[in-house]
Amino acid sequence: MTSLMSVAGPLLMGAVFGYLLQQGKVTSCNVIENQFRLRDFTVLKVMGTAIVVGGIGVLLLVDTGNTKYYVKDANMLAVALGAALFGVGMVVYGYCPGTALGAIASGSVHAAVGAFGMIVGAILYALSFDWVKAHILNVWALGKVRLPDITGVPDAIWFAALAVGAGALFVWVEASEAKAKRAQG
Amino acid sequence: MTMMTDLMVGDARKSRRIDWSPYLVGAGIGILSWVAFAGFGDPLGVTTAFSRMASLFAAPVIGSEAVTANSYWKSMPLKWDYGVLFLVGIPVGAFLSAIISGTWRLEMVPEVWKERFGPSVFKRFVAAFLGGIVIMYGARLAGGCTSGHGISGGLQLALSSWLFLAVMFATGLVVSRLMFRRA
Repeated sequence: MTSLMSVAGPLLMGAVFGYLLQQGKVTSCNVIENQFRLRDFTVLKVMGTAIVVGGIGVLLLVDTGNTKYYVKDANMLAVALGAALFGVGMVVYGYCPGTALGAIASGSVHAAVGAFGMIVGAILYALSFDWVKAHILNVWALGKVRLPDITGVPDAIWFAALAVGAGALFVWVEASEAKAKRAQG
Repeated sequence: MTMMTDLMVGDARKSRRIDWSPYLVGAGIGILSWVAFAGFGDPLGVTTAFSRMASLFAAPVIGSEAVTANSYWKSMPLKWDYGVLFLVGIPVGAFLSAIISGTWRLEMVPEVWKERFGPSVFKRFVAAFLGGIVIMYGARLAGGCTSGHGISGGLQLALSSWLFLAVMFATGLVVSRLMFRRA
């Protein structure tokens, strides 16, 4: 029973995630490309809501002792360089790694071609890891820090600001989209 | 919304569309994160598990001894852990959604790409392959992707993840502007 759950549990979690990505249309290359062209805000809507809803829940779960934080190392140079490469790759590929897996399953052949590129990228990283570790990962390595730790601003304030900021952005986006829709007739 | 729907449906009139609100989907992913944290002690993420899987493909190319000796794969060997099973689940769920909603369709060249770079399948495949290399190298260097850093790290208010989000979006905006600029 336990071993069944340890296989079925994660599989089900992944399946729900993949289901939601497809239902949210973010497995579409067009939707992702048009986010970066500021013509379609679906990606920001999904991510912003996930961060605010997920974050408030996880904060409560941590405060009540039901989970802990799993924060990634702030190796600032490596994260900045990696994120820049990621941004380039995401626009050229048209997917991020998770949405690409969903896209392959919903019929995107070019996403599957790019997945072989991703395998090559992972292999290249493994082969260059010793050098990267010695020269890049250790630059401005601040450890597993969270914004409330370094700023002294409590979690609740951060989430209140995030919720208000995201809410204001979404209201504005919805208004512009409704206006564009009316203009189109 | 209209434009997006037009792009999605476009030439495939038969394919249906999904009407789920992106906010509903985002909230769903947020709640899924609660379960991932509290139930499994393993936040949503993709590329760490992807790296473990890549060692399978690396063995025939660089030799299994080189894989075994590699310090990166020593730190994350291939095992059928939570992350790898989660990875396998993603296409299963997306496939189910696509079949049930009638949005499954074969796509060789996406509309946005076709408008700008033409219908060449070869050109699109080369770009997807090269983009795939760059995005995965970047994800491993940064320590995560849109899921692991963007959502899971973002919702924990992690410094590393908000740096990732800011740099990733800023770079993407610039590259997109260059790439889709009409000559």
